[in-house]
Amino acid sequence: MNQPQAVHRADAGSNSDLPQLYRMMRRIRTFEERVGELFVRGQSAGSMLHLSIGEESAAAGVCAAMRDGDRFTTHHRGHGIFLARGADPARMMAEIGGKEAGYCHGKGGSMHIADMGLGHLGANAIVGGGIPAVVGAGLAARHHKTGAISAAFFGDGATGQGILYESMNMAALWSLPCLFVCINNQYGMGTRIDQATANPRLHERAQAFGLAAETVDGLDVEAVAEAGRRLVDGVRDGKPAFLVIDCYRFYGHARKDKSPYRDPGEEETGRAKDPVAFARAALIERKVLEESALDTLDAEVAAEMDATIDFTVAQHEPPLSSMFRDVYAPGEPEPEPVRTRIDRILARG
Amino acid sequence: MALQEMTYRDALRKALADSMTENPDVIILGEEVGRYGGAYAVTKDLIKEFGPERVIDTPISEPAIVGAAVGAAMAGLRPVAELMYVDFIGMTMDQLANQAAKIRYMFGGQIGVPMVLRTQGGTGRSAGAQHSQSLEAYVMHTPGLRLAMPATVADAYHLLRQALTKPDPVVFIEHKALYTLKEMVDLDAPAPDWGKAAIRRQGRDLVIVTYSRQVHYVMEAAKKLAAEGIEATVIDLRTLSPLDFDTIRTHVEKTGRAMVVSEGVMTAGVAAELAARISEECFDFLEDPVIRVAGEDIPISVSTALETGSVPGPQLIFESAMKLLSSREAV
Repeated sequence: MNQPQAVHRADAGSNSDLPQLYRMMRRIRTFEERVGELFVRGQSAGSMLHLSIGEESAAAGVCAAMRDGDRFTTHHRGHGIFLARGADPARMMAEIGGKEAGYCHGKGGSMHIADMGLGHLGANAIVGGGIPAVVGAGLAARHHKTGAISAAFFGDGATGQGILYESMNMAALWSLPCLFVCINNQYGMGTRIDQATANPRLHERAQAFGLAAETVDGLDVEAVAEAGRRLVDGVRDGKPAFLVIDCYRFYGHARKDKSPYRDPGEEETGRAKDPVAFARAALIERKVLEESALDTLDAEVAAEMDATIDFTVAQHEPPLSSMFRDVYAPGEPEPEPVRTRIDRILARG
Repeated sequence: MALQEMTYRDALRKALADSMTENPDVIILGEEVGRYGGAYAVTKDLIKEFGPERVIDTPISEPAIVGAAVGAAMAGLRPVAELMYVDFIGMTMDQLANQAAKIRYMFGGQIGVPMVLRTQGGTGRSAGAQHSQSLEAYVMHTPGLRLAMPATVADAYHLLRQALTKPDPVVFIEHKALYTLKEMVDLDAPAPDWGKAAIRRQGRDLVIVTYSRQVHYVMEAAKKLAAEGIEATVIDLRTLSPLDFDTIRTHVEKTGRAMVVSEGVMTAGVAAELAARISEECFDFLEDPVIRVAGEDIPISVSTALETGSVPGPQLIFESAMKLLSSREAV
């Protein structure tokens, strides 16, 4: 179905979106740095923290092409995507810290964060686990004629999972408004993409299913945003698409992984592919923003993200009584705690 | 509507059709559900009535069928995903157990996954080891899922209608040997409550707790027991989650003796859980051990003789009850 176009469209090559894209990428970078700090300060409930530093352009660029009402799922490295879809970083940080004030009241954490209001159908700790949900969301969007798209964000590791191909096939077969976004940070945990597949040209797989597919260099957030816009326009018209963003995972798989499987030379080269620094340099070079203005912007972002730590530290954990809540819908009996059951049985006659 | 004769299959089909008429958000998706009409013909002609947008033939992709149902349910539809055989549930277990079952909890109660996974299981068609299993324990072992297993024609209708109004994911396991079961039903009569067991027969000597096709075998055995002067209460659980343990408790306390009958393999199965609970909770009332009559701990064979021998039947249930009762008299 044809839907009205998104209101704010920048022409390719214009500078008008770059300051916003830069700001979002800086927010993601700084947020992830603070997540690391939360962990170091012992305030993080989760030991499973996967940072998206080096991948900011994927989140900021693709999400710029999405609009209110669109739905999406993310993977275990999805903080940046949620932020770019409008998440409140303080509530995110609180969730990562396992606090009641978090998006999921401390039950989800980094890898199961979600917010229905923002269309976030959930991060996922199963590689590829969130992908088929966007097919269902696509069916719902078509059924209700909402004009919404649904986007699955995942890493290159998920290209090893069969469910990706099942889902792409269904989306193509049924012409659903689904976007598949593969953030190729070159590593599935400790295994480099060329050690996991004989054909690392990942977009070719989607082409085989009949999807519009392309690969874009994640160094340049404007290129990502432009590719995102191009594909999303088609997706809204029922032409599902697949976008690969090539980037580099700056740090280890999770917080404690020092990446001994990568040589320092490789990391140096990889980290030189820094989308945040690249955009900053472009803004200065094109005289869109002066360095001092960017410093101010960075300082604002740092203050915003510092506040998420202060907020999280001040929050309390969920009460123990919430443990049995939300296994089933409200109004359904809660499961009986083990201790209660034992006391009941032994208190007999 | 007055009493009419109807099959289990037609009752299921009518439940789907009535739900789809009542709620435009109900959709069906699965392998062969549309043009083919369902491997066991439950969805026959629904595509003609409701169109291919609501009765969706899928590729052979069980994980994505269930995964798409999860996403559709979260996005406002009421999907019925059909899994042709419960034996394929292993293919879908991530989407079922890690996604559907846990989403409400992981996301702090923001949203549930109101989907129904319709499937069928059990022996009776010489379908072999990969098409004859009773895997309800996998579902019952997963918090967050509901589980319904109708034994009668009326329950096939009412439980499926009710499943399609529930806020949590319901796995609905039909029995392949029951599709041709014919009974007189009045579907306009008030439906029994969801989550409430049915007392199919009352007796003073023992309680037999069962569900799905085994209800019929147990009733047959109970008739033979009555001829021997032994009167059994037969409890048909109807839903395994929620589990109506209060009804079990009430009747076990009256008779002091309990047997559990399940087609699933015995070890760590549904019968094991039920026996453990009865033993714990009714300990002071029990005069004998709780006996499990369950599937043998072996795969199912194609040979009809081996297949039939692998699961409980009326004779085994009858003999087991006789032994249970005579063990008391011997003391």
